[in-house]
Order: sequence, then C-alpha cells, then structure tokens
Amino acid sequence: MTITTFKLNLGPQHPSTHGVLRLVLELEGEKILSCEPDIGYLHRGMEKMAERISYIQYLPTVDRIDYLAGCFYSELLCRIVENALGVELPDKVRAIRVMLLELNRIASHLLWVGAFLMDLGAVSPFFYAFREREMILRYFEKLTGQRMMYNYFVFGGVRKDIDYLGDVEEIISILPEKIDDYEKIITENPIFLRRTKGKGMLDIDTALNYAVTGVNLRASGMDYDTRRSDYLYRGFDFGVVILDEGDAWARYKARIMEMRESVNIIHQALEYLKISPALEQKLINPVNLKLPAGDYYAEIEAPRGLASCFVRSTGEDKPYRLKWRTGSYYSVNLLRKILVGEYLNDAIAIAGSLDIILPEVDK
Amino acid sequence: MNYLYFLYIEFLSRHNIPKLFGDITFYIIPFCVIAAALIIAVLILVLAERKLLGFFTQRKGPNRVGFWGVLQTLADAFKLLCKENITPKGVDRFLFNLAPVIIFIPVMTALGIIPYSAEFTFVNTQTNVILYLILAAFPVFSIFLAGWASNNKYSLLGAMRSISQVLSYELPITFVVLSIVVLASSMNLTGITLAQFSKWGIFGWFIFPCILGFIIMFISVLAELNRCPFDLPEAESELVCGYNTEYSGMRFALFYLGEYAMMFANSMFISVLFLGGYLPPFGKYLFSSSFLIYFEQAFWLFLKAGFIIFIMIWIRATLPRLAAFDLLKFSWAVLLPLSIINLFIAVLIKMGGLV
Repeated sequence: MTITTFKLNLGPQHPSTHGVLRLVLELEGEKILSCEPDIGYLHRGMEKMAERISYIQYLPTVDRIDYLAGCFYSELLCRIVENALGVELPDKVRAIRVMLLELNRIASHLLWVGAFLMDLGAVSPFFYAFREREMILRYFEKLTGQRMMYNYFVFGGVRKDIDYLGDVEEIISILPEKIDDYEKIITENPIFLRRTKGKGMLDIDTALNYAVTGVNLRASGMDYDTRRSDYLYRGFDFGVVILDEGDAWARYKARIMEMRESVNIIHQALEYLKISPALEQKLINPVNLKLPAGDYYAEIEAPRGLASCFVRSTGEDKPYRLKWRTGSYYSVNLLRKILVGEYLNDAIAIAGSLDIILPEVDK
Repeated sequence: MNYLYFLYIEFLSRHNIPKLFGDITFYIIPFCVIAAALIIAVLILVLAERKLLGFFTQRKGPNRVGFWGVLQTLADAFKLLCKENITPKGVDRFLFNLAPVIIFIPVMTALGIIPYSAEFTFVNTQTNVILYLILAAFPVFSIFLAGWASNNKYSLLGAMRSISQVLSYELPITFVVLSIVVLASSMNLTGITLAQFSKWGIFGWFIFPCILGFIIMFISVLAELNRCPFDLPEAESELVCGYNTEYSGMRFALFYLGEYAMMFANSMFISVLFLGGYLPPFGKYLFSSSFLIYFEQAFWLFLKAGFIIFIMIWIRATLPRLAAFDLLKFSWAVLLPLSIINLFIAVLIKMGGLV
C-alpha cells in the first residue's frame, strides 16, 4: 500500500489564522506530518523605520506592533528612553501605567477567549467576550481618544492626567461575574474538554528550547513572570498563575485566571489613584532628544509573552539599531514542533490556544 | 389525497376540462406547491435562525431590510442571484454544476412524503418511511460530488468528513426508526401518525415509550444535517467552508437552500415519528369543520417542527464543535448500542401490549 501525502496551504487567507499566517502543512489524510510556518505577510519594517526617524516620531507607531495590546510596546519605548536618561517616574504615573497595562491585558485576553472558542466552533462566547472588551475599549476611547492605538504613554510620564475612574470601577466590578459566566459555559463543557484536554502538550524543556514565554510557558508549569521584578509593579500585590498540565486547556484556564489577577491589580491601582492628588510629572523634552551612546534594553510581560526592546544608540537623535522581541514570534516557531502528528481540527485548536497575533510576529 | 383528487376533478369537469388532464396535472401540482412552500419555509427559517442566534449572542440580528429585518433573507437571495457564478480552474465542470442541482431532488421528494395533514400527503406509499430514510441520506452524494469536483483540498476534506459522518449516523437513525415501526405496526408515515392518536392527546405520542430513541434520533439528525456541534464538513474555522468553498452565486444559494430545506424536512420527520405528527397535543381539534381541520393539522405539525428547529439553533449557539474522531466514536460506541437497546425496549413494550 502506498501512503499518499499532500500539501495544504493553511492561509494566508484563512478564517482561523488570526491575520495572515501561512502554514504549509504536509498531510496524510487529516494527519499532519510536517508544518512550516511562513510569515512576513504583514511586515511593515517597524525596526528599520526606527533608524530613520526620531524617538518621538517613532512613539506613535509602536502601538501598531500589537494592535490588541498597544500599551505594552509604547511602555517599552518610553522605558528605554527613561532608563537612558535616568528619569524616575512618580508613583502616580506608575499606578496609571499599571492600570492601563492591565486593562489592556484583559482586553487582549478577552479577545483571545472569544477567538479561541470561535476556532473550536462555538459562536456565542465570541460575542460575550467582545461585549466586555467593548467596555474597556470605550474607556480607552474616552481617556485617550483611541480605541486601540492609544499613544498615551510619553517619555517621562503620561499624556494627560487620568480621568473617568468611575468607568474603571464599573468595569472591574462587572468583570469577575462575567468571567464566572464564561467559565460556566466553557470550562466544564464536555466537548470543550475533549477538544482541549491533553491536546497540544507542551513540556517545559520544549517550551524553553523554543523560547516560548508568557502564559504558554506558565501553563506548562514554569514559574516565570517578569512583572514581579518590574519596577512599575513594585508595591502591587498579585499572584502569578502557574498550571502544570501544559495542554490547550491549561493555557485557556491560565488566561482566565490571569484576567482575575489583572482585575486584582487594577483594583489596587484604582484605590491608589482615587486618593492621589493631581498629576505632577516632569516630561522629557522630546525635541531633539538624544540618548547617550550605549546599549539599552527593557522588557515587560506582555499578554503574549515576554516583550522586550533593544536599542543601540550612537548618541544621535535616532537609534543606530532597534530590535523588538515579541512573544508570538516564538509561538509561531513552536507550531513547527507542536503540530506534528496532530489532526487538522486539533491543529486549529492548538494553534489558537497559543494566542498568536500576526502583526506582532511580522513587525 | 382521495378527497382532494375528487374535489379537483369535480372542479375541472365543471369547467369542461377532460378528466385525463386532471389525472396528469394532479401529480404535478403538489410539487409546485412544495417548491413554493419550500422557498417560503427556507426564507423564514434563515431569518429565524439569524434572529435567534442574534438574541442568543446578545445582538439584534438582521434589522435593517424591511420591518424587523423580515426581508433580509429575500435581499440576501437577490444578492446571490445577481452574483457571478465563478467556476475555478481545473474543476470537473459537469460534476461541479451537477452537485447543487442534485441536492435539491431528494429534498423535494422528501418534503412530498411528509403527511402535512390527513389529506395533504403527496407521496403516500405503504413503506414511505424507508423511502424517506433513503432520501434523507441522499444529499451526502451531492456533497461528495461538490467536494470531489471542486479541485480544492478543503472541499475534498469536507466531503470526506461528510461521508464518514453520514455513514456512521445513518445506522442509529435506522434502528430508531425501526423501533417506531415496531410500535406503530406500520411503515407508512400517516399510519405512524395515526398510531399515536389517543384521547389523552400528548400521552399517546411515541416520545414517551421511546424517549431514548428521540434523543438518539435528534443527535443523529443533527449529524446528518451537518449542524453544530457536528458541522465538521463545513467547519468554518478549519476548512474555510468545507465542500462548498468554491461555490458562489446561485450554486451556493442552492446548497444553502437545500441544507435548510433538509433541516425543515428532518424536523418534520422527527415530529411525525415522535411528536404525533399532525395530531393536536390535547386529543381534540380546535376546529370542527373538515376543511379547517386540515389547516389546523398542518399548523400543529409546523409548530412541532418549529420547536425542534428552535432547539437545533439553540444548540448551535451553545456548543463548540466535536473533534473528528470523537464524532465517529460517539456514533459507533455510544449511539449505535443505545439505539439497539431502544429497539429492544420498543419490542418489549409492543409485546407487553402497552401501546
């Protein structure tokens, strides 16, 4: 008997590749023999662009690296500049940034929950998750004037004082109930369990070899979260979600639990912001801003894994070289390993569970 | 049908039209009626599905075209009619064009078999249950042709999944129908309906002795219709659109129409088998005049079918999709043994003389 295999192009235009990822799969029936991710359909030259324009000109574009969690990338660039010039952030600015980052993280995770369930064929959770995400986006729109590309963090502080705290209060009072609702529909659903339990197993060694970080790594049992050593989060009390299973279900559960932790952090930030006086910050003058010659590095725990930025400056008003590290890039690479031997419809669930977003991969 | 035939011939003779003409046209008219009714039913069904899905997912559903969005499906159908029929390169043109036509033939015939009321049964043979079973499984042939002729790997995978799915879910359906046939001592759908008549109305229905069979039947029909959670052949997130990926315009509309018409036919079939068909739920008709009773009977049947369709839509809004292997395993390891047990129960009940 001869076994015939064939090649299947999953993407770049496919409903469940979350953008323009192309996976070249070699299939035997529905079984995947090999997987070759092909990226770059959304390449915008983010890194090269930085070498031609000044820091303040570059700042608004970095939100576009990850359109679901833009705050994290503007925070990274701001942090690079602040570290280089040795600027200390006031406590209030830190609290504002932490609150917005965590709101952004929740929005990102909510979208993931919806999209993941959509990949599995369930329609409703997508709309439920979007309903809650909408509240967060409305708040961001009120505060920054933008729903996704906020450009709110600036070198040395934030663009303007925080406002509309009542909205945040409402969001975090509603969210835990809504997350309970999702868990009621999804977590113990027998079909969902069959589709995700034991699927896409990722052990710590593989995860470390492929440099996977973030929730995907923590769901495999590795205790790694840079938020604990982050100076922004100093003084905040929060737990780090670590699950041992390492399968798609654990990655789902970890994200759900992480949302609850984020609500907890926002609560603390909100308590501080409510009693704090009006904002006093010393912004760095962005005009003709020059970083001293040297290498600068900053990292932060983004929703899709460790995000970091490396800048080499030669003392000019623009970086000599700028490099982004994004979580999804390494998750896409992991597909090469994790999809082999799986069946096509599990493959979609597994790829979905890694929370890949393509603008972050292609940059 | 005899009564209607009599009325029709009498009507013709009053206008001096020969009886031969009546004999021929009498068998064509029903299918024209079905074709018209089918389009209307599908238009309503699609709207109902979109509205209900909207409500389940906290949206409004279609609400722009016409009052409350009632004309939305009409607008969609018009759009599909106007669209270009794209035939991709490398397709088997004959089979590619044949597939959407073929899906319609069994659906039309299947709708003719259903007893809408004591008089409106267009195809009334002694064993039309068997005929229905054959016709209900027939659309998979069209799906296979579509998947094969499309020259698209997604279509092929969808067709492959569809065939394995229908093959494995056909068996439980057959066993369940067999148990109903045993209970009713009839292979005629009208006979089965009448066997469920009792003066306590609802308690005579076969859903009570055969509740297990009803559940098996419902699940299997979902699978046969490729409805969620068994929508693997057209799994949007996996296979783009499955077997009809390459279809557009009116050809796609025909698939769509056939799918919904089959859903309608199958829910009426379930109603006939388990929910007493056109019988009223409280043992007595609301109207007494013989002519109005026919419409009342059809109303009860549509109400029951509508209830079943409502549950199907509800399930679609709730459940994620099954994995391909679980799907087959579920049929062979769970549903098939249960349906055989159900048959035994039916035989025991029949022998005990409880029905």
